[in-house]
Amino acid sequence: MKRALHAEWTKTRTVAGPWWLLLGAVVLTIASSALVTSLATCHTAGCHTDTTRLSLTGVHLGQALIAILAVRFLSDEYDSGMIRTTLAAIPHRPTAFAAKAVTLTGVVAVAGSIAILGSLLAGRIILPGNGFTPAHGHPALSLADWPTLRATVGSILYLTLIALLSLGITAVLRDSATSTGAVLGLLYLFPVLAQVIDDPHWQRLLHQIGPMSAGLTIQATTDLHTLPLTPWAGLGVTAGWAAAALAAGGLLLHIRDA
Amino acid sequence: MTPRGWDGFPRLLHAEWTKFRTVRGWTLGVVTAALMVVLVAVLAGVSSDQRDRPVVPIGPDGGPVTDSFYFVHRPLTRDGSITVSVSALTSSIPTSPGNLRRDTVPWAKAGLIIKDGTRQGSPYAAIMVTGGHGVRMQDDYVNDTADPSGESPRWLRLDRSGNAVTGSTSTDGTRWNTVGTVHVEGLGSTVQGGLFVASPPSVQGMGTDVTVSTADFEDLDTRSGWHGRDWTGDQVGPESAGFAGYPVGTSGSVTESDGRFTVTGAGDIAPAVRYSLPTGGTLKDILTGTFAALIAVIVIGALFITTEYRGRLIHVTLAASPRRGRVLLAKAVVLGSVTAAAGVVGATIALPLGERLARANGVYIFPATTSTQLRIVLGTAALLATASILALAVGAVVRRSAGAVTAVVVALVLPHLLIANPFTPSGLSDWLARVTPAAAFSVQQTLVRYDQVSSVYTPYNGYYPLAPWAGYAVLAGYAVLGLAVAVVVLRRRDA
Repeated sequence: MKRALHAEWTKTRTVAGPWWLLLGAVVLTIASSALVTSLATCHTAGCHTDTTRLSLTGVHLGQALIAILAVRFLSDEYDSGMIRTTLAAIPHRPTAFAAKAVTLTGVVAVAGSIAILGSLLAGRIILPGNGFTPAHGHPALSLADWPTLRATVGSILYLTLIALLSLGITAVLRDSATSTGAVLGLLYLFPVLAQVIDDPHWQRLLHQIGPMSAGLTIQATTDLHTLPLTPWAGLGVTAGWAAAALAAGGLLLHIRDA
Repeated sequence: MTPRGWDGFPRLLHAEWTKFRTVRGWTLGVVTAALMVVLVAVLAGVSSDQRDRPVVPIGPDGGPVTDSFYFVHRPLTRDGSITVSVSALTSSIPTSPGNLRRDTVPWAKAGLIIKDGTRQGSPYAAIMVTGGHGVRMQDDYVNDTADPSGESPRWLRLDRSGNAVTGSTSTDGTRWNTVGTVHVEGLGSTVQGGLFVASPPSVQGMGTDVTVSTADFEDLDTRSGWHGRDWTGDQVGPESAGFAGYPVGTSGSVTESDGRFTVTGAGDIAPAVRYSLPTGGTLKDILTGTFAALIAVIVIGALFITTEYRGRLIHVTLAASPRRGRVLLAKAVVLGSVTAAAGVVGATIALPLGERLARANGVYIFPATTSTQLRIVLGTAALLATASILALAVGAVVRRSAGAVTAVVVALVLPHLLIANPFTPSGLSDWLARVTPAAAFSVQQTLVRYDQVSSVYTPYNGYYPLAPWAGYAVLAGYAVLGLAVAVVVLRRRDA
């Protein structure tokens, strides 16, 4: 396993693509978070805005780059035929796949931490200028505040789970375009469909089972009782999706010709 | 470039078409796209149940209306006139249940009305003082005329002569200025006429609050044609789909002392908008499957070019047709035609099917004319085709399908998700619906804004800031730009 990990790390480290994507994910997450927070204003007391969640809006965009990174992590090997070399070097396929998953988790966790903490810092700087002041019931964002800390750690975990979900789906579909389409469809279509469903039970159900809509409840810090899921249960749903995708991908990698 | 240079183009098109149709996955993808549009329409139709909701009143022109106000009336047979002076109009908004705060409600209305009975949606003509828009003459819900005198008159008069109703104003009750004469179709020989007060919900941020208004009327005078002496006070449409009710602790009423009438009312007499009919649906909602279809056609668009790079087929393609720009154009034409066809088929089946199912479940669907429906079908087709061409262009530039798919999906779907989030600041929603490719979803809109109704006109509620085809042009602009960059890059770069 150690050798496999080292091999994966070397492959990641020596290609420019992953670094650009990680940098892109960090920059886009922070920039879009900052854009959204700078557009929000609060003129009176009681704006009832979840400032933590607002500051972390950029995850919606950042996750897309993380998804590309994760898809290409595997699909590039299929495109170039490298996968045969990888599997020749590490004939035990579960080990090879696990090494990929662990390496991916590591780089995404680091990039995700930078992106999330950067977004939060941007919010902390921008929000008071837009009227989100203690006088209006919005103290400065702080990690010492438990819900904010939960949202922060949870968002980082969310990004790594999205990477693992994408890796699993790519192992199943093997083609980068189709995998990307499937991942983005899975993330974005649940909330879009929930909008059109008129029945509140169905609507709630779609929010509960969608990997993005459920997982991002971890960002909520206010009005938790109005959410269809508790924050950790929501992240658990995303973890379930990631686990299922990894299991299916690992299994197919094991039994199928590469 | 001479026309001769394009001689080989039909052959190029044929070659690209052959490539497209022989890949089973792509054909399957296009069929899936059309199917998704239909499936989601069916899902939207069957999942809704509004059968126990109050019926939506329909106005004389077939559109949905709000027709709930406080009416102090008497019967009027054939011709007659009515005059009154409005000495005060005050409005209040609740700050908490049971507590009211004085505030301006710009479209609070107090004045005279002649209406074909108290049935909701019946034809009418009215002249009124408003909270913030001066004196207006309105008829049949959608028509609105400002008093041209520019003064702030207190006296109002309506004269009925057959179907013609003339509204006049005066500052002193002796010199009268005509605001306008309207012909109200469908006024019976005996109608109800008298005083009315309406007080529409007030827009507060991203929502609305119910309001209540009270007006004082003096010098009420009726000439010829009026029956009896007693005025009856009624709340028109108390249980109506578009009526949000009175603030807690208030109700509609009329009191009279020494010829002075004090009337309290809530509600509105105006065209219904999405926010006042939250349970109503639009054709755009029925076509939500367009999003799923978009992802499918974007994947196909990206694959149509990146597969050539992966399989090194691009060398053969470019050797067979060295004019690289034309190769890309041929691909765009084939791809655009196929995906547009999927859009036309999908939307043509989905619209009537979804509408029927939703109606069967009691959902009110905002009406759209045949030409609007045609625009929605063609617009949806154009949206799918242009999005896949954009993916093709981005794919040609980056040569990576994952990046191309993500870029286009994110550019089209993510702005919509942010727009669709009710908590997104309206400034951001409007901006996103103007400058991102998601502006193109405005080709599916059917709702109309009314100047005489204050409401939450946000993209979330189905009101896009750009006109339908202008919104589409934003996406088309991105696609043309993408293709131009792709052609330049393709010419300069080694394949």
